[in-house]
Amino acid sequence: MSKLLILIPAYNEEGAIGGVVKEVLAATPGVPVLVVDDSSTDATIHVARAAGARVLPLPHHLGLGGAVQAGYRLAFELDYDYVIRVDGDGQHDPRDIPKILETLEREKCEMVIGSRFVDGSGVHSGFLRATGIVFFRAFLRPILGRTVRDPTSGFVGVNRTALSVFSRSFPLEYPEIEALVVLQRKRFRFVEVPCRMRPRRAGRSTITPFRSLYYMVHVLLGVLVNVLKFEGRRK
Amino acid sequence: MDRLVNVVTGFSVLLIGMVLLSVRRAHIRVEYSVSWLAAALVLLALSRWRALLDRIGGAMGIDDAPLALLVVTGALFLLVLYRLSMMISSLKDSNIALAQRLAILEFRLESHEEAKTSRN
Repeated sequence: MSKLLILIPAYNEEGAIGGVVKEVLAATPGVPVLVVDDSSTDATIHVARAAGARVLPLPHHLGLGGAVQAGYRLAFELDYDYVIRVDGDGQHDPRDIPKILETLEREKCEMVIGSRFVDGSGVHSGFLRATGIVFFRAFLRPILGRTVRDPTSGFVGVNRTALSVFSRSFPLEYPEIEALVVLQRKRFRFVEVPCRMRPRRAGRSTITPFRSLYYMVHVLLGVLVNVLKFEGRRK
Repeated sequence: MDRLVNVVTGFSVLLIGMVLLSVRRAHIRVEYSVSWLAAALVLLALSRWRALLDRIGGAMGIDDAPLALLVVTGALFLLVLYRLSMMISSLKDSNIALAQRLAILEFRLESHEEAKTSRN
């Protein structure tokens, strides 16, 4: 039987994390849930543990990519076959996890992206994010050789092959889009499946106009660097 | 304009003194002081060796020696900053890998302890 781990990166999510963990455990009974705490200053660790998750507490703040990669590294070392990442703010509906796992197993692809735009029933993205998604969809089209409808989705499942790559090399700050380019460079396959997205349960989004601009520049540069990267560097 | 050259001489001497003092007090590690010392020594030599500065200025198409010295100064500090960026990037990568490794080891140790406790 395949070993599945649910990975939830979290940073100051005490308001949402408990509910997310409980929902995930209810949707996937018996599947271990790992919350990677990115050195939160609130009670995220305690709330996550109380809800039934195992917690990987990072000694200092690494950013989203560093937190996700820590989870991937642990999962790889513990011989998990599949890891499905769910955001800690409650935007992803854990009832879609079985669909992602089933697609990973059936399609034998390296990554499955839970997409809010492939026939998704709940589209919750602000103007800035929606604009960014449209822009990156067009930007990535020639690089990936296909259209990815929701390139910024963090609701992703990976198999062990992708896990072995990501545990060694993973984009650190805004990983979703760059990770697609990393996969494409390795000639890996990914599939999008429709998933429900909801508004965040608690806390505030960190997206501001300035941060959006920084995000765009950072990701564009990251993608270009990955496209031009000499294979074998930064193993 | 000779005053500008003298200012660069004074600045170079000051930089060398500061770097050596910082190395002595262990505020800067020796390997990270090399770039600064090298840049400061080059500036000191150029600011005192007028013939060499004129030749370099001529090679760059700059007739004014102090202006050539300023261009060389800017270029040298850009190179030092570039080298520091590379070092910082490398240190950040190591730092992230260490933090992840530490967290994973703690997690595995904790799991091991829990398993041991539940067995007893």
